Amino acid sequence: MEAVYLTLIFVLAIFLGFELISKVPSTLHTPLMSGSNAISGITLIGALASLKSEHLGFAIFLSTLAVVFATINVVGGYAVTNRMLEMFKKKVKGGAQ
Amino acid sequence: MSLVSINFAYIVSAALFIFGLKMLSSPSTARRGNLLSALGMLLAIVATLLASGLSYGWIILGMGIGTVIGLVTAYKVEMTQMPEMVALFNGFGGISSLLLAWAEYHQYPQMSTFIAIVAFLSAFIGGVTFTGSMVAFGKLSGKISQKAVVFKGQHLINGAILVTAVIAAALFAVSPATGWGYTLFILIVLVALGFGVTSTLPIGGADMPVVISLLNSYSGLAACAAGFVISNNILIVAGALVGASGIILTRIMCKAMNRSLANVLFSGFGSAVKATEGDGPQGEVRPASAEDVYYILEAADSVAFVPGYGLAVAQAQHVTKELGDLLEANDTEVVYAIHPVAGRMPGHMNVLLAEANVPYDQLVEMDDINPRMDSIDVCVVIGANDVVNPAAIEDENSPIYGMPIIETFKAKTVIVLKRSMNPGFAGIQNALFFRPNTRMYFGDAKASIQALIAEFKDAD
Repeated sequence: MEAVYLTLIFVLAIFLGFELISKVPSTLHTPLMSGSNAISGITLIGALASLKSEHLGFAIFLSTLAVVFATINVVGGYAVTNRMLEMFKKKVKGGAQ
Repeated sequence: MSLVSINFAYIVSAALFIFGLKMLSSPSTARRGNLLSALGMLLAIVATLLASGLSYGWIILGMGIGTVIGLVTAYKVEMTQMPEMVALFNGFGGISSLLLAWAEYHQYPQMSTFIAIVAFLSAFIGGVTFTGSMVAFGKLSGKISQKAVVFKGQHLINGAILVTAVIAAALFAVSPATGWGYTLFILIVLVALGFGVTSTLPIGGADMPVVISLLNSYSGLAACAAGFVISNNILIVAGALVGASGIILTRIMCKAMNRSLANVLFSGFGSAVKATEGDGPQGEVRPASAEDVYYILEAADSVAFVPGYGLAVAQAQHVTKELGDLLEANDTEVVYAIHPVAGRMPGHMNVLLAEANVPYDQLVEMDDINPRMDSIDVCVVIGANDVVNPAAIEDENSPIYGMPIIETFKAKTVIVLKRSMNPGFAGIQNALFFRPNTRMYFGDAKASIQALIAEFKDAD
C-alpha cells in the first residue's frame, strides 16, 4: 500500500510541476534551471537521514560522500541562482533616457 | 523530533518549494521565490537533523566540505560560464542519488522487489546524470571538443548497454540480498556511468540547451527514485517538480529548433564538418566599416539587438549595453530580441544581458518581436547565425527548414557582426548575409562594438 501512496504523491507532484513551470517566461529559464537544480539536491535529506550512528564502514563512507555532493548542489545552486536573479532589474525611469 | 513532526516539516518545505517556483514566473518576484525555496530546503535539513541516532561527526564533515566548495564556486563563476556551472552542479546531484541508493542497499540488502527496482532506477539515472553532466561540462567549458563525436555502431553500442542494464536490473530485483546481487548492482553502476558518456558525446555544442534541460530532469527523477528507496515524501515531491521542470524546458528547446528529442539525441547533428559548398545561397556580400554602421544606427528610430552564442564568446554584453545606452540617449528605441535557443543553455542570453544591467523589460521574446519586425529600422545581429537564417522559412531543402527564427530580414536594415563568413553550427551558409538589406560588419564582436561606441562619442 505504501508503494501506491508514494506513487500517488509522485504523480500529483509531476502534474503540479508542469503547471508551475509552464508559467515561467523564457527570460528566466537559466535561473529556473539552476534553481530547480538546487532543489534536486534534496537528496541531501535522504543522505543525512541515512547517516545513522549504528552504520559502519563502507555505508558511512558512501553516505558521507553523498552528503558532500548534495551539499555542493544545494548551497552552490541556491547561491548562484540568487546571484543571477539579483541582476534582473526593471528599467529605472528617467535613468538612461 | 518525532517522525511525524519531521514529516510535517517536510510538507511545509514542499509548500515553500512550490511557492518558490511559482514566484519564478515574474522577474520582479523571482529572487524572493528563490530565497523561499532555499528556506524550504533549510527547514527540511534542520528537521532531518533533529531525528535521533544520527552520526553528527560525519554530517558536519560532509556538509562543511560541501558548503565551502559550493559557495566558492557559486561566487567565483563568471556569468558567461553559467552553462557549464549548471551542468557541474547537476552532475553532483546525480552522483549523490547514486551514492544514496548504494549506501541504502549496502546497509539493508534485504529489499523487496519494488524497493530493489527503485534502487536500480536511482543508481542508474543518477549515474547517467553524473557522467552525462561531466561530458556536457567538458564540452561547454571547451575542455573537450564541442563537435558531435559520432562513431560507427554507436547506436548499437548504446542499445546493447541499455539492454544489459535492464537484464541486470531484472536479475538484481529478484535476489538483491546475495553476493550475486551485489555484483549485479556494481555492474549496473558501471554501465550507468558508461552510458552517460556514450549518450552525451554524440551531441554537438549548440544542442547543449536540450541536453542540459534533459539532464536537469534526470537529476530530479534520480532524487525521486531515491525518495522511493527510503520512503521519503519530500524527496519524491521535490524530485518530481524538478523532473517536470526539466521535461518542459527540454520540450521548449526542441520546439525552438523544430527537431524531435530523438533527433537531437541520436542524429549527431553538427558533426558534418564540411558545409555543402556551391549549392548554398550565393551572391554579393556588402561589408561595412564602423563609420558606415554608425551612420545607419545614428539615423535609426528603432534598433533591435539579436545576440547569440558569439556574444558570450566575445564577452560583448557590457559593450552592447553601452552602445544601447548611447542609442537611447540619441532618442532611438532599443530592444534586445532573444531566440529561445540562443547560447548554450535556456535563457543564457538573458542572464548575460541582465549582468550588463539591461533592464528585463527590454528583453523581448521571439514571438513578440517577429510580428513587429517590419517596423524595426535596424537589426544588429551579434554572434547569432542559424537562429536568424531565412532559409528556415524559405528553403525547403535546408536542414533547418521549419525552425522558428527571429525574422531579422524583415527589418529595414540588418547589420551582422561576425568574425568571418564561416557557417554556423548547422554547417550551412546563411542566406541572410546575401540579402540586399544586409550589411556585414566583420571583426571581433567586442572590438567592433567598441569602435562604434568611439564613433558615437566622437560625434558628440
